[in-house]
This record gives sequence, C-alpha cells and structure tokens, in this order.
Amino acid sequence: MSKTSDLQLSKSDLSGYLDMDLLRFTTAGSVDDGKSTLIGRLLYDSKSIFEDQYEAIKATSEKRGEEYVNLALLTDGLRAEREQGITIDVAYRYFATPKRKFIIADTPGHIQYTRNMVTGASTANAAIILIDARKGVIEQTMRHTYIASLLRIPHVIVCVNKMDLVDFKEEVFEAIKKDYEAFASKLDITDVHFLPISALKGDNVVDQSKNMPWYKGSTLMYLLENLHIANDQNHSDARFPVQYVIRPMSNEYHDYRGYAGRVAGGILKKGDAITVLPSGFTSKIKTIELAGKELDEAFAPMSVTITLEDEIDISRGDMIVKTDDQPESTQDVEVMVCWLNEKKLQVNGKYALKHSTKDVRCVVKDVQYKVNINTLEQIEDDKAVGLNDIARLTLRTTAPIVIDKYKQNRTTGSLILVDEATNVTVGAGMIV
Amino acid sequence: MKNYNLTHLKELESESIYVIRELAAQFEKPALLFSGGKDSIVCFHLARKAFAPAKIPFPLVHVDTGHNFEETIIFRDELAKKYGVQLIVGSVQQSIDEGKVVEEKGYNASRNALQTVTLLDTIEKYKFDALIGGARRDEEKARAKERFFSHRDEFGQWDPKNQRPELWNLFNGKKHIGEHFRVFPISNWTEMDVWQYILQEQIDIPSIYFTHERECFVRDGVIYAHSNVIPLKPTEKVEKMQVRFRTIGDISCTGAVLSEANTLEEIVEEVASTRVTERGSRIDDKRSEAAMEDRKKQGYF
Repeated sequence: MSKTSDLQLSKSDLSGYLDMDLLRFTTAGSVDDGKSTLIGRLLYDSKSIFEDQYEAIKATSEKRGEEYVNLALLTDGLRAEREQGITIDVAYRYFATPKRKFIIADTPGHIQYTRNMVTGASTANAAIILIDARKGVIEQTMRHTYIASLLRIPHVIVCVNKMDLVDFKEEVFEAIKKDYEAFASKLDITDVHFLPISALKGDNVVDQSKNMPWYKGSTLMYLLENLHIANDQNHSDARFPVQYVIRPMSNEYHDYRGYAGRVAGGILKKGDAITVLPSGFTSKIKTIELAGKELDEAFAPMSVTITLEDEIDISRGDMIVKTDDQPESTQDVEVMVCWLNEKKLQVNGKYALKHSTKDVRCVVKDVQYKVNINTLEQIEDDKAVGLNDIARLTLRTTAPIVIDKYKQNRTTGSLILVDEATNVTVGAGMIV
Repeated sequence: MKNYNLTHLKELESESIYVIRELAAQFEKPALLFSGGKDSIVCFHLARKAFAPAKIPFPLVHVDTGHNFEETIIFRDELAKKYGVQLIVGSVQQSIDEGKVVEEKGYNASRNALQTVTLLDTIEKYKFDALIGGARRDEEKARAKERFFSHRDEFGQWDPKNQRPELWNLFNGKKHIGEHFRVFPISNWTEMDVWQYILQEQIDIPSIYFTHERECFVRDGVIYAHSNVIPLKPTEKVEKMQVRFRTIGDISCTGAVLSEANTLEEIVEEVASTRVTERGSRIDDKRSEAAMEDRKKQGYF
C-alpha cells in the first residue's frame, strides 16, 4: 500500500473505556413476569436512564394514574404501543459498564411473540429467560428456551424472578432449576446459568442479595460483564462472502481489485491458499486491508478488503474460503424455518432467497413437519405453515449457494425468504 | 492464546461498514444525508473507510433549512471540496419561495418540519432509491424501533407497525418502483460511542461542538443562540455565555449547553458524566409525546 491518508490516523493509546467489548442479549419473558422492571433496573443501576427520560415517563405514569413509575414506558416507543400498553416490536436498548457495552433486544411477550423473539435472537450472544418463582417452568418458558436453542444463542441465563414473593426460599429455586434442566436436556444448549433474583427489589441484579445467603453464584450484572464471548464466533472455518468489488478506476490504483466483505468465520491470513466458490478458481491472499491500512489477519466479524495474487473473475455473492476447508455448494437445501407473515407458506411456491451476500430464487419442494413449540413434538398431519410456525422445509434454489450448517456457522448457515409480490421478508431459515 | 475478540468500537465500525457496503451493492442510486452534524460526519468517515482506496460511490445530500449555523455550512463545503465528493443541496427556502410549504409563524416558528417536503422533493428530483442517515436507536424512542434498512412507500412514508423483520445480517432492500429506503449504519451506536470513535479516529468536526463564547438567551430552560432566526420575546435578555452544542440542527430548534470542554477528551468526559439526553435540548422532539414518530411517518429523516 502506498501513501498514508487521514483514515489511518488513530489514537492507539486511549485509556480504559476503549478496551470494552460488546455483548448482545435478548430478554424473553411472559406477561407480568417483570421483564420491563429488570431492564429498567439494569438501565437505571448502570446510570443509562437520563433525568429527562425519567421525568418524561414519570409524568406519563402520573397522567395515567399509575402507582409506580412505569419503566415499561422506556421501551414502548410507538404511539400504538403506549396507547394499548403493549409492545409490538423489538426495541433495542443500550447500556454500558466500564467493562462492556450491551445491546438489549427487548422482545415483546404478547402478540407475534415467536417472530419477534426469533428476530431478537438472531444476533444475540446471550438470552435472559425469566421465570416467575411463584409459577415455575410454564409452557412459555419452554417455548422461549426452544427458540433460544433453535437460534443457537450461545449463552442462556435463566433468572428465577420474584424470589421476594416466595420468601427467598432455596427449595423453590432448586425445584425450578431441576424442572428446567429436565426439559432443557432434550435441547441443544451448551451454556446455561441459573440465578435467583428480585428485579423489583434489586436482589442479585447488580448487588449481591442479602436475603439469599445460600446463593453463592454471581449477580446478573457480573455474569453479563464476564460471559466469555470470544468463542461465540466460528474461528476455525474461514468464510468470506464477497459483498462488493472495489475498483478505484484511478491512475494511482489502475489495476486494483479489492474484494470487500465481512469475515463470516475462521481466520484469514496473508498468503493463505484460497478457493472461490462456487466457481472453484484458486489463488493466494495478497493483502488484507481496511482503509489503506494493512492487516496481518482478519477474523469474524471484521469488515475488510482482500486482494488476491491472481486476476480471477469474482463478484458479489461469491465466497472466498480456504482451499483446505471448503463448505458445500448446493441447490438443495434443508432448513428449519420460522414463518414471519400472516400469509401462509405456499408449498411449491417460489420465493426470493437471500443467503450471505447471494440473491437467488427458490421453490419450496416440501414441508416435512411442523414443530409444536410447547411440547417439541413433530406435527406431520397438519402442514399448513402460518405466522409464528416453525417447520422443516426442503428447498431447491435456482443457482448454487455456498452453505454451512447453522449449528456450525450462524452467518453462512442462515437465510431469509422474501415474497416476490410484496417484497416482504416472510421466512427465517436455519440450514440443517 | 490470542484473543479473537473485537473492542466495542471496532465491532460497531465493522457492522456499520458492512451496512454501507450492502447499500452500495443493493441500490442503484444511493446518497448520504449530510447535515454537518457529528453523526453524519461519522457516517461519511465510515463510508470512506468502506470503499478506500476508491472514492465513495455516492453523493452527499444536505437539506438546507437556511437556518443553519454558519460554521456548519462552511464545514460542509470544505469537507466536500477536500474529499472531492459531489454535494447536492435541497433548499427549504426554495420550497417556501415556490409555495410548496408555508413558513411557521410566532416565537417558536421552526423550519424543521418543512424539511420533509424539501427532502422528498430532492429524492424525487434525483431519483435516489436509498439514503444513508446518521440516526441512532438510542436517540429517541421511535428510533429505537428502526431497522438498518427501513422501507419508505411511494409517498416517502414510514409504517412503523408493519416493518420488515430484520434477521442476522440479511438486509432486504427489495422494493417497488417509486419506493425508497432509509439506511442507518450507526443504529447501534450511542452518543458516547460516537464521541469515543471521533476521538479514536481523530475526526474533524465543526468548531461549535467545542466551547466558545456566544450571545445566547434562555427560553423555557433551554439556551438558544441569539440570531435573526428566532425573534426575542420582550422579557428575554441576550447575554454572553460559554457554551457548546451537543447536537447540531436548525438554529431555531437546537439548544446549547454551558460547557468548558475544549478538546475531544474533555467532551468524552462531559458526555460520560451528563445526566440529560442529547435530544433533551431539541425542541422539535418536544411538541408532543410522539413528535418524532409522527414526523418520521411522513417521511422525515
């Protein structure tokens, strides 16, 4: 690379807060289990609620004649939501501690639950699942857990809330934990944590509870700050979906062809032998760079630009992978789909399909079964797939797509289906 | 063992660059809405990083209310010149002169709402099919529900109750003719992230973000810059104050804060200790509880 530009100016020695990393989590709960209170407390105790925000929701609460300052108003942003007192859509909330920045995908507990939770879960490192200590594991708990496992959220945090209403009894917590484990063992969840909390009173949220001396584990905040997330990305199988080809068309960079994209898995290094899929052309990585700055290596989820030793035909939708570790290139795809639209899935219907940076079309060849997400049973006699249904489908695409299994890679293993008449996203697919 | 984990700023930068490249790949005629404020400056910086060593493959669009701070306009023009990018200016004054919009009257008159018409006219004139905006989800409650790729119908309207689900990093920019998208690359950034990033990357920003002495007056607890744009009430007194701006909008609806912060480090410190949201001094949001949502539905940025 030649000259330096102002894009390379970067202060390398900046104090403390620039060492923070980023954790995305989703919150799942049913009606009245204290989800809003918990989020409110995390925001409030990390000083992420500003005075004017607090004053505004306090005024609204008073106007409505509510007894407490209703922290749910913080997350209910749309007029219809505030009027009806319900949350319609996923809302994103932010807070930070000196260790970490957090993004909460707050998913509503009422209508269109599955669709919203799937959306929030798709990018999450962790899921907080709330259980009311008085009610224990209920159908909704199982549903939330199933979605967390289906979407392969790496860490699940089960908060047994309202411990104050069961006299902070250890037996209650242990019984719920046992019930939950019995159910969750049937699912593919790797990292589960259990915490007894009271979101309202603050026990074990940010501060260790004085009411539950029998609990020796960490507080929720400590856990969120210390979850090990570096391995949430796949760092073993190198995948680089080409997003955009950079051709400066200037005298200085006359022959420059840079392949811009975001690493979807593995670690790419200068000199690596690569293969371009689906064409099969091979070459070596000449440089990895961003904004004129050369990098020794790149890993997920870094956005970089790659140049190759050889001039070969590569365009958006192709995937650069290491020659010794190649994914499958295929037109026949098996997916677990979550249906997101009121209009039912059409068997033998055609849909636009987006996978990594590739756009193709597909036909739904078969619905193999639907899943009863409360019992996990497979339903084979009713194959009508409607809003919020989860089903296993067989798809045939118009052109090959380069895929991994979703459980190996959440980026190269996921796809969406788009209705070609309305252009609306109707299905979320996880490749099996 | 090496730690393959990014800092929060690196991860946010990476996500934003990915979004900007998706926009360039999925749309035929995109543009970047540039107000001269810090968020759009960060978007511009990210766009330059995304396409280097090539130039950014789209123009900047500024909707000029005619009530901007002079410093912002100078900054805007110098930036476009320095980096050789095309700058398209849509003029609210022209929309007024052509009779498309009517100027508000009274002490609290603002051209903020009028911008929507000028913006939509500019989109139509240049046939833009996607516009990058520097809006962030932490700014305002209606914006908390925004998508990265946000659909607008043929009237430029946003339908918040019928948004397309947005999963993983798969952005659906498919649309019918006449419709367009607003694309928000820094959706997941907070005010603090933006300032930390400006500091880390040493990005130039207009001088009015730093402390300076200015003739101001106070109305309803908000400090306004004294100018010919806002008529003074008989009881209001102009005095010199040491202020800076946390956000830059129209003169008529942007409040200043008392501040001594003279460097980026000091601004970061100040933001870290502040107890009021940055839009707390934006009068345009205070017209009603759902002021932002209502404007956005009509096509406001």
